[in-house]
Amino acid sequence: MDEAGCDLSALTGLRVIEISDQFTAVGGRMLAELGADVIVVEPLSGSPQRLRPPFVHDIPGQNNSLRWWAGNVGKRAVSLDWTDVESLWTLIRSADIVIAGDREIADGAIGYARTCAENPTLVWVAVTAFGLDSSRAGQPVTDLTVLSGGGPVWSCGYDDHSIPPIRGAGDQSVNLAGLYCAIGALVAIAHRDQTGQGQLVDVNVTAACNVSGEQATQYWLIGEQTCLRQTGRHASVFQSSPVQVRCADGIFATTGVLPRKPQEFADLYAWLAELELVEELPEAIFLQMAADRDTPLDIAKIGVDDETTATLAAAREAVMLIASRLPAKDFFVDSQRRGFPAGMILSPDEAFEDPHNVDRGCQVEIPYPGTEATFRFPGVPYIFGGTPTVSPRRAPNLGEHNVLLDGPSE
Amino acid sequence: MSVGLSHVRVCDLSGQLAGAGATKILAAFGAQVIRVEDPLTYGLWDILRGAGPFVDDRRGINMGGAFNNHNVGKQGVTINLRTEAGKELLRELISVSDVVTENFSSGVLARLGFSYEEMRNVNPEVIYVSNSGFGQHGPYHRFKTWGPIVQAMSGLTFSAGLPDDEPAGWGYSYMDHIAAYYMAVAVLAALHHRERTGAGQRVDLSSVPAGIAMLPTEVLDWTVNGRASRVPNRPGGNRADFDEMAPHGIYPCSGDDRWIAIACRDDADFSRLGNVLNEPALMTGRFSTLQQRLAGAPEIDRLISDRSRHRDADALAQDLVVAGIPASVVKRPRERIDEDPDVAAWGLFPTVTHQEIGEVRVEGLPLRLSASPWTMSAGAPCLGEHNQEILGGLLGHSDEELAAWTRQGVI
Repeated sequence: MDEAGCDLSALTGLRVIEISDQFTAVGGRMLAELGADVIVVEPLSGSPQRLRPPFVHDIPGQNNSLRWWAGNVGKRAVSLDWTDVESLWTLIRSADIVIAGDREIADGAIGYARTCAENPTLVWVAVTAFGLDSSRAGQPVTDLTVLSGGGPVWSCGYDDHSIPPIRGAGDQSVNLAGLYCAIGALVAIAHRDQTGQGQLVDVNVTAACNVSGEQATQYWLIGEQTCLRQTGRHASVFQSSPVQVRCADGIFATTGVLPRKPQEFADLYAWLAELELVEELPEAIFLQMAADRDTPLDIAKIGVDDETTATLAAAREAVMLIASRLPAKDFFVDSQRRGFPAGMILSPDEAFEDPHNVDRGCQVEIPYPGTEATFRFPGVPYIFGGTPTVSPRRAPNLGEHNVLLDGPSE
Repeated sequence: MSVGLSHVRVCDLSGQLAGAGATKILAAFGAQVIRVEDPLTYGLWDILRGAGPFVDDRRGINMGGAFNNHNVGKQGVTINLRTEAGKELLRELISVSDVVTENFSSGVLARLGFSYEEMRNVNPEVIYVSNSGFGQHGPYHRFKTWGPIVQAMSGLTFSAGLPDDEPAGWGYSYMDHIAAYYMAVAVLAALHHRERTGAGQRVDLSSVPAGIAMLPTEVLDWTVNGRASRVPNRPGGNRADFDEMAPHGIYPCSGDDRWIAIACRDDADFSRLGNVLNEPALMTGRFSTLQQRLAGAPEIDRLISDRSRHRDADALAQDLVVAGIPASVVKRPRERIDEDPDVAAWGLFPTVTHQEIGEVRVEGLPLRLSASPWTMSAGAPCLGEHNQEILGGLLGHSDEELAAWTRQGVI
């Protein structure tokens, strides 16, 4: 809000009606974060998403699900009987955007075709596991099965292939669904801004995973080669060297990008020397040799040229040795300051509490339901200079804003 | 012709997937995206430009397969920003653009003379979106990242692995995709705001907080419940987050490196699982409730694996899904790209024509818009391919000027 009480957020003035479904939450939340008025609609019994753990202080309850909170901060909520079609119509008539798990809701009583006929400016975003009209529509899915069928899981895991591929935590298929929901909705709004015309946006979550697989996809599309998973590094058609190391405090680090330029090799050797580790790494001689080169090392010659291969192996060994002798934070900061990109492998809470994240204002305080306290939530990753995002309201309780059903749009 | 973003022009200094992936989406919906690259280093600020995979034995700065994928439908010009003439050309391009995008490390573009304030001097309504690992301010703002570092610093790598073991992490730059998607959202939101108010703005996107935003429930379990993640027996491998379901895992099937993912959402799913697997030990009533299944998860996983390892993955997945149990083969690239039943209908991997590479398949978008669909037909620009069209046609410079700038190393 500005001093006059005007909301200056980027999407101010847009109303979104989100019919809560398996993949709708994050898309609605992202639009709310940017200033849209998002009203999530649930059945009287509440969205099934409200029953997902973890719960506040481990006490289950429709208003206590932290999964619900995470997906629904910044929204308002109404609950209604799906047979109350008129109430639902009242809401949808007030909307610029509808987000739903299909193109029809309320057992088909309301759908895109009819709303479009009545309101041609409406944008309707259907977010489904396989896309509208799929032969697999209606098949049961979870985050695990969507990520497995869509590609990400194949690339993740360990060098030891007797261990199954590993799925990353955090409902990432829902995040991918949300990002593409937001992109589709905003492209449609841009189109409407120019033409006055709304449209149907069909978001396919499995396809969203399928086009978010980076290298493994490129190698198949271009050369029909299959990338294989490797511990802590890119799945590849080549076996690469390990990049993760347990630091002196037990926290792992990822050692990032190797030096290529002569000065970088000199700097790495100097770092080894400062830590009195040169004697422990006979291969350090290759770093000295590389420091004396006239030209950068050509990494395309790895595995082809013996000197190149030995030099980069020595560089990797040097970085791994240094990392193993320092606490992870010291290694990360020192490495970055010396120009060698590297990272600490932080847990989600450690990442959230990291001073850099705090400094950027990425912890937002939200009033805690029913108390005077607040809780902290991850803020948005972007800072809009002209349309600052505001601290969102907490996730809504079930039916908390049912007054919206009583009359014209508020 | 659909409108979509065809009214938008983007001056694009971004590269790699995290930046180029965003402007690829804008181009697919009709925006004119003009890539600005450095002629002296042959555009190799974007290391993908000349890097594999390659379609054949040909190599060179225009032959990078991933570069082509991330830059389909864009135009490309070369401008040497070390020269005053080059800087003036970029100012001219910015003056006729709606959006400027970049994902250099913090401060690089400003040091070249193109801070947001300086951009506004030539185009007061410009939208400027920067995208860097740690953003434009904060203690780490000068530090450099790539996808795996972002994933490490945001909690994603930690959260993917076996309990008490080295993290498996994400086997690719997942956060490069996510950062690109956030960047596209930022551009689109700012465009809508400008459409409404006439005002441009600067957006500072940082991909590490974007990574943390991928784990909001995990963060809330810390801030609300005080539960840290770095505790014994964590992370949970393929077990369900927060003990939501059991069984929930990836199990071996017959064949080399064949796996099936199975998730039982509730008691009913589990009661059907035993029947499909024909495993009496799963039907004894010992595991009727979620709490019983969580307590017996190692035994249940062993029982499932003993059955699944003798089954064909596709057939078992089909049997499970027909029975109403969420299941999927862990699909290899071939299976998800060439054999997925919906991919062809969606045109998810269209073929584009690149000036030198020729015809090649690329990633499309998982969106179908009824009134303004995306299209991809042209490949990525060769280095400086559109110098004549953009610097001459759009900016109005003569052939003689372009020839002189070429000789002088300006373009």
